[in-house]
Amino acid sequence: MAIRKEHDLHKRRLGRNMGVGLLLGGFVVLVLALTMVKVTSKGFKFPQAQTAPQAEQN
Amino acid sequence: MPHPLMAKETDMSDASINARNIREDEPSFGDYFALLKPRVMSLVVFTALVGLLAAPVGVHPVIGFAAILFIAIGGGASGALNMWWDADIDQVMKRTKSRPIPAGKVEAGEALSLGLALSGLSCIMLGLATNLFAGAFLAFTIFFYVVIYTMWLKRATPQNIVIGGAAGAFPPVIGWVAATGTMSVEPWLMFALTFMWTPPHFWALALFMRSDYDDAGVPMLTVTHGRRATRIHILVYTVLLAILAVGTAFSGIGGPIYLAVAAVLNALFLHGAWKIFRRDEDDSEADNFKVERSFFKLSLLYLFLHFGAILVEALLKPYGLGGW
Repeated sequence: MAIRKEHDLHKRRLGRNMGVGLLLGGFVVLVLALTMVKVTSKGFKFPQAQTAPQAEQN
Repeated sequence: MPHPLMAKETDMSDASINARNIREDEPSFGDYFALLKPRVMSLVVFTALVGLLAAPVGVHPVIGFAAILFIAIGGGASGALNMWWDADIDQVMKRTKSRPIPAGKVEAGEALSLGLALSGLSCIMLGLATNLFAGAFLAFTIFFYVVIYTMWLKRATPQNIVIGGAAGAFPPVIGWVAATGTMSVEPWLMFALTFMWTPPHFWALALFMRSDYDDAGVPMLTVTHGRRATRIHILVYTVLLAILAVGTAFSGIGGPIYLAVAAVLNALFLHGAWKIFRRDEDDSEADNFKVERSFFKLSLLYLFLHFGAILVEALLKPYGLGGW
């Protein structure tokens, strides 16, 4: 039968996993924020390939 | 019958851990973080921030935050790669033997992987967040610190500290380039300030941590040219540094506040270097290198306050107060 005793190793792994999880979460938030800032800035233009079909329709 | 993998995950007694030869001293999150040299990273963050804010172009706070973060991660990555390469000499020196690799907390290969992964991440993300020039500059800085300094010149020449100082001096230039996308004289003045400051800072340390570098076989000036020559070098570099630091007051990043700070600090620094020059080894050993230690402490304050003054001048400019 399995012994479910918590080892110090589990605590360290939990700390590491939590740390990596928080960092990844923070990274996602940062990339989202950067994207929002860039697409809402005055100088932002859609790439030519995406604007061409719209121009054809008009 | 339980799945073998499930049994492995749940049956974790001390005995089973030892039997499976799993590392009981698995590194913690903090051990990996220590690979990034957090204290050096704090200097990188501060000088890069000053470079970014002293630039004559406004940066969106989110982009500015991202730029500083990725410059800091790039600096940390080069620290991890430095620890991977220098693990053998870190083990010998008192100052470095408690670092994660020589202390047995992290394996050298893990430091290499972390350093390479963070190097790639930081350069690409800085390039995307700001401009490609900044990303490429960060990549060059990491290459310079890891390959040119750590792998090649650190163990080959007593001018290692001078060359290593260049790598540590790049962050304000990267901060400036991240903001402007171009280069000008002002960021190179900030570069020169850190570049000229590094040798007297480290040679003072080498004077009172004497056995460390001897034991590791690193060709520090104290080992190759003697301690008298090191004292002369400290004075010469300090005089050149003082001329540069005070001269910077009359550039686009200077101003009256910076000039006042530079005048006081350089007078103190020159006085300290002069006292080091005048002493011999008997004097130093008699008071346990008191003058050298206080010069080293002053050097930390010296750089922080110079960059702090540049920052104050930059922050006051929008109100018509900073600069000349």
